[in-house]
Amino acid sequence: MLEFAPLSIAGVFGMMPAQLALSAAPLARLKPLDIAVIAIYFAMVVWIGFYLKGQSNTSEEFFMAGREMTAWIAGLSFVSANMGSLELMGWAGSAYQYGILATHWYWVGAIPAMLFLGLVMMPFYYVSKTHSVPGYLKLRFGEHARILAAISFATEMILMSGVNMFAMAVVMKVVLGWDITFSILVSSVAVALYVGLGGLRSAIFNEVLQFVLIWGGALLVPILGMMQAGGWSGLKSKIIANMHTDTYFHLWRDTGHFSANPMGVHWTGIVFGLGFVISFGYWTTDFLVVQRVLAAHNLRAARMAPIIGSFFKMAVPFIVILPGLLGLVLLQNSDGSRRVLVGEDVVKACSVNATSSGVEDAAACSAEMSKTRLSPAYQQKVLSDAPGSELHSYNEALPLMLVRYCGPGLLGLGITALIAGFMSGMAGNVSAFSTVWTYDIYKPLIKKTGSDSHYVMVGRLSIMVGVTVSIGAAYLVMHAHGIMDYVQALFSFFIAPLLGAILMGMFWKRATAPAGFLGLLGGIVTSVSLFVWVKLNPSELATVALSPDAKPMAENLYRALWAFLTSVIIIYVVSLFTKARPVSELEGLVYGATKLPTEEPVPFYKNEYIWAVLVVVIFAVLNILFW
Amino acid sequence: MHGSRIPIWFFIGVLLTVYGVLILGYGIYETVSGNYPPQVQMTDLHTPVWWGGLLAVIGLFYLVKFRPGRSTK
Repeated sequence: MLEFAPLSIAGVFGMMPAQLALSAAPLARLKPLDIAVIAIYFAMVVWIGFYLKGQSNTSEEFFMAGREMTAWIAGLSFVSANMGSLELMGWAGSAYQYGILATHWYWVGAIPAMLFLGLVMMPFYYVSKTHSVPGYLKLRFGEHARILAAISFATEMILMSGVNMFAMAVVMKVVLGWDITFSILVSSVAVALYVGLGGLRSAIFNEVLQFVLIWGGALLVPILGMMQAGGWSGLKSKIIANMHTDTYFHLWRDTGHFSANPMGVHWTGIVFGLGFVISFGYWTTDFLVVQRVLAAHNLRAARMAPIIGSFFKMAVPFIVILPGLLGLVLLQNSDGSRRVLVGEDVVKACSVNATSSGVEDAAACSAEMSKTRLSPAYQQKVLSDAPGSELHSYNEALPLMLVRYCGPGLLGLGITALIAGFMSGMAGNVSAFSTVWTYDIYKPLIKKTGSDSHYVMVGRLSIMVGVTVSIGAAYLVMHAHGIMDYVQALFSFFIAPLLGAILMGMFWKRATAPAGFLGLLGGIVTSVSLFVWVKLNPSELATVALSPDAKPMAENLYRALWAFLTSVIIIYVVSLFTKARPVSELEGLVYGATKLPTEEPVPFYKNEYIWAVLVVVIFAVLNILFW
Repeated sequence: MHGSRIPIWFFIGVLLTVYGVLILGYGIYETVSGNYPPQVQMTDLHTPVWWGGLLAVIGLFYLVKFRPGRSTK
């Protein structure tokens, strides 16, 4: 059983499973043409892996893709590394539940941070020639901070790869009825093959491929849906008629109080927790995404990449949020009545007894259904397991819309886009793991002096080992679902403190090495403590999120904020009592101590600042338009 | 990317062309035979025909523009 919780890996961006009704009948049946479309994709990724093997012989080529990616490739890969299938499905489900409020995770929760990375932080990452974010910490704060960040990141990457693998297998089971072990084995062999052969370059190529497939496979849904709904005004009037509220169309208007919006969030949490700490933490310090930009062929390309990515990021709600909204009015039951999607807990409570007719626990099912918008007549049908009375969860909104409009071939393309999203997610995890393992753990702790080819071999081996461990993690998650929550939370523990350490290190010359390490550690301890505190005493959510009306979404935003502040305060205080490094040693690492390379003049249409201003204008207009 | 190597856009061109041709082919068959999948909505728009065609055109463009051996910047 899986559920897509709206907060996960990066705290915000990936939608991770915890429960999904495995016992339900598959949503779609593939035709031979669909199978052919999927098979062609697998053949293509393996071809790319073999082709790129010859270009991945040195460590710089294998781990950093030779640092020769153009701004477009790095930018698409950068944004694509964050467009996993669970995210797409989960946020479409969130849009069905909460309306365009879910768009915050694509706009304020991404755009400012992406611009900040490109315009302000990228020069330091790029000029320092670091291979990784932990590598930057080593240069700025020394070995202890690097090792702490590297071990936590590498562990998380492997676990997340396993979670991705399992999530893909479950989604394939739910949507297509595929065997879980079959999905896990096929996807892991393909990923191990193409990343093991081609390294980061192969992972990046496949992310760009995935980006194209997602748009090619999913764009039809909002186009056809909008035509059927009568355009934006038609959709709006239908939703207002069905739901008796217009809150589904407002980004900010109803965030003045926790109880005024269905998500239970306050604008302060959105702006400071999501828009600043979580978003900046993810987009500027998570090595999984930063690695894509570090592979750019020069500083200008590295700065342009996140800006190019931000245009596409702003457009993603069109293929994710809009289908969720369209699902509210267009999805139908087999008898033509409006289909109402429900939470995973309702689907679970109403699971059907295989040996007798009707649901297993009628009382529990009835109680859960009474909290939903299901009509009394439909509830009765569900209780008696009448034909055509199946329940579908919010997270199935996107696949249901796909099945609604896509016949043979197009359905295969949509499913391929989902598979590509999962596989490139796994590839991103293992390629980032391989780099951090080799450069930040193996090299400093196990074998300091090895030949370049030795480290490439270690990188390749670590990918094989990483994929194998991921398979183990996938099965572990399958047999102990509770672990999933902790794996997801684990990553969010590091994001905010890491942001505190990186920002203080990059923008304050006085920050010292012991302060960096202790700030990172203190932030992590704070985050873990708050998480455990709320787990043990759920009522303390009100304390952490500063309101009795706060919902779990708000806890994540505020927990990140407190962890970040702890990290910053510790670094500030400890720095005052410890000896700072001479400014001359901070060249290339710290703002104010670094002479940035002068960039060649370029025509205005190649200037990153021009494009950044355009992004800001579009971002502002969108927020005002959907206020 | 170096001009002597196959750029990613070429692979994308190959994939989109193959997908476009397959989907367009099915769309033409569907339109000619009138044999539409019963669960699919808005079949009167002949989506596989124009979407498959669009994919094929975009794919061919990339296939030609980024073909191996052609110098790209």
